[in-house]
Amino acid sequence: MQFGIFTVSDITPDPTTGRTPTEAERVKAVLAIAQKAEEVGLDVFALGEHHNPPFFSSSPTTTLAYIAAKTSTLQLSTSTTLITTNDPVKIAEDYAMLQHLAEGRVDLMMGRGNTGPVYPWFGKDIRDGLELAVENYALLRQLWREDVVNWEGKFRTPLQGFTSTPRPLDGVPPFVWHGSIRSPQIAEQAAYYGDGFFHNHIFWPPEHTQRMVEFYRRRYEHYGHGSADQAIVGLGGQVFMRTNSQDAVAEFRPYFDEAPVYGHGPSLEEFSSQTPLTVGSPQQVIERTLGFRDYVGDYQRQLFLIDHAGLPLKTVLEQLDLLGEEVVPVLRKEFAALKPAHVPEAPTHASLVAAAGGGKDSTVHAPADSVTGQAR
Amino acid sequence: MTTRTLAVVSGGLSNPSSTRLLGDRLTAAAVEALKARGEDTTVEVVELRGHARDLADNLVTGFPNEALRTAVDTVTGSDALIAVTPIFSASYSGLFKTFFDVLDKEALVGKPVLLGATAGTARHSLALEHAVRPLFSYLRAVTVPTAVFAATEDWAGPGGADSALVGRIDRAAGELADLVSGRPATSRPVDPFADPTTSFEDLLKGR
Repeated sequence: MQFGIFTVSDITPDPTTGRTPTEAERVKAVLAIAQKAEEVGLDVFALGEHHNPPFFSSSPTTTLAYIAAKTSTLQLSTSTTLITTNDPVKIAEDYAMLQHLAEGRVDLMMGRGNTGPVYPWFGKDIRDGLELAVENYALLRQLWREDVVNWEGKFRTPLQGFTSTPRPLDGVPPFVWHGSIRSPQIAEQAAYYGDGFFHNHIFWPPEHTQRMVEFYRRRYEHYGHGSADQAIVGLGGQVFMRTNSQDAVAEFRPYFDEAPVYGHGPSLEEFSSQTPLTVGSPQQVIERTLGFRDYVGDYQRQLFLIDHAGLPLKTVLEQLDLLGEEVVPVLRKEFAALKPAHVPEAPTHASLVAAAGGGKDSTVHAPADSVTGQAR
Repeated sequence: MTTRTLAVVSGGLSNPSSTRLLGDRLTAAAVEALKARGEDTTVEVVELRGHARDLADNLVTGFPNEALRTAVDTVTGSDALIAVTPIFSASYSGLFKTFFDVLDKEALVGKPVLLGATAGTARHSLALEHAVRPLFSYLRAVTVPTAVFAATEDWAGPGGADSALVGRIDRAAGELADLVSGRPATSRPVDPFADPTTSFEDLLKGR
């Protein structure tokens, strides 16, 4: 099982000081957080994509490429890549490039985005959201799997004899997850292709997660990719820890009360009982997290949200220490002991290469010049 | 005899509340009218005052907590609804509106609804027609023609209510019972997590 963190890259005032970090500070903080994640023994770092304040992460492959250069084992992912408004050609190119730079430590999570206005910023119509997700992803797959693509669809200009470069590393495209809170069609899409399904599993009651995952598993089996319990499931989660649980609650409460999304609504205690949010001791986080398995089954990836709502970098790094030292080692052991042998791990570049019968160079060389007979 | 469920949503804030009183009168009359048409009735009352904070939380978080979920399920799963609000500033109360704001937009489609409202004076009575009924029209509920308004002065007379008010209550209850009686029991909304009827291949082809 993989453990990691995901961030939405929000720039939020620290409610305890009233100070808002600059973009420069927050970018640097996220780079530090990612590197620390590897240092404390986590497996995955996933970065969001947004195109409006208060977020900075409009260009995730740039950021992830930097992190790739600074790390050696960390799996780099997204949370999420906007499959609706990005040109699938550019996604194919950018993430194949990142895959080469990171030597395969890359996967992606597709999402439709959380804000309506983003559609017109990229020349798209929100009413086409679902259709865009379907058509763009089908094209993206084709671009990664076929060297020369002829394509015609509804939402972008046709492609004739187009080759997306670089070709995927070792001829194997990155593994793809699909993230959705409540659209069964997206779970259906993940199941259809045998891709992973990720539920953000924060800010909402676990029943939402359970229904989506059950549906995805059932449809995964329907499409013949394996049994329902072999489907590839990832979950989010939100935690704040201190050795002493009362300290965690006291320290997190001002951030909770002012947080974007849920602030000024239910109390921390109410929200903790209604959603997967866990504020307490590392032991409480361990117990709560192990309980996720009760309603989604054995799953492959657990990502925690630990850096939003204006929490200072120092605090976030302390959270990572607690995750790395006290929480994840226990979760690894406990989840592994519970997992039946026929339930797979999350696919990685290495496992996908092995499944493809080994890596192969898939470079597409430019055709020979028709006059000189030499490569141009 | 079949058994129908009748949900009552009352937006009254004080205790005792004239809004709840009107709701109770309408309910009793509707139960009688249904009985006369061969239908037994189970009544479930949702007092919105008890969900004031739940509703505000739902606006912020986007989901109902457990207590509110139960109330929402009661209303959406009922065979008929009696909805009663105090008139504030020439319209339904904010609390009353919020409850209907957090329902799924399909939740009341085709549901028989009897509307009631209370206020200090009869000068507010048309708020039922210019504010409350359009809300339910938007939700595509089926409102009965008689909406019942009670001003403070209507709560006087033999049996605690003006005879004209009693007449309106009985007429509205009869209209509701006519709508409910003989209809098939309310079916649950389509489960979005049932296996899809459109195949993914069709989605891919843009159908």
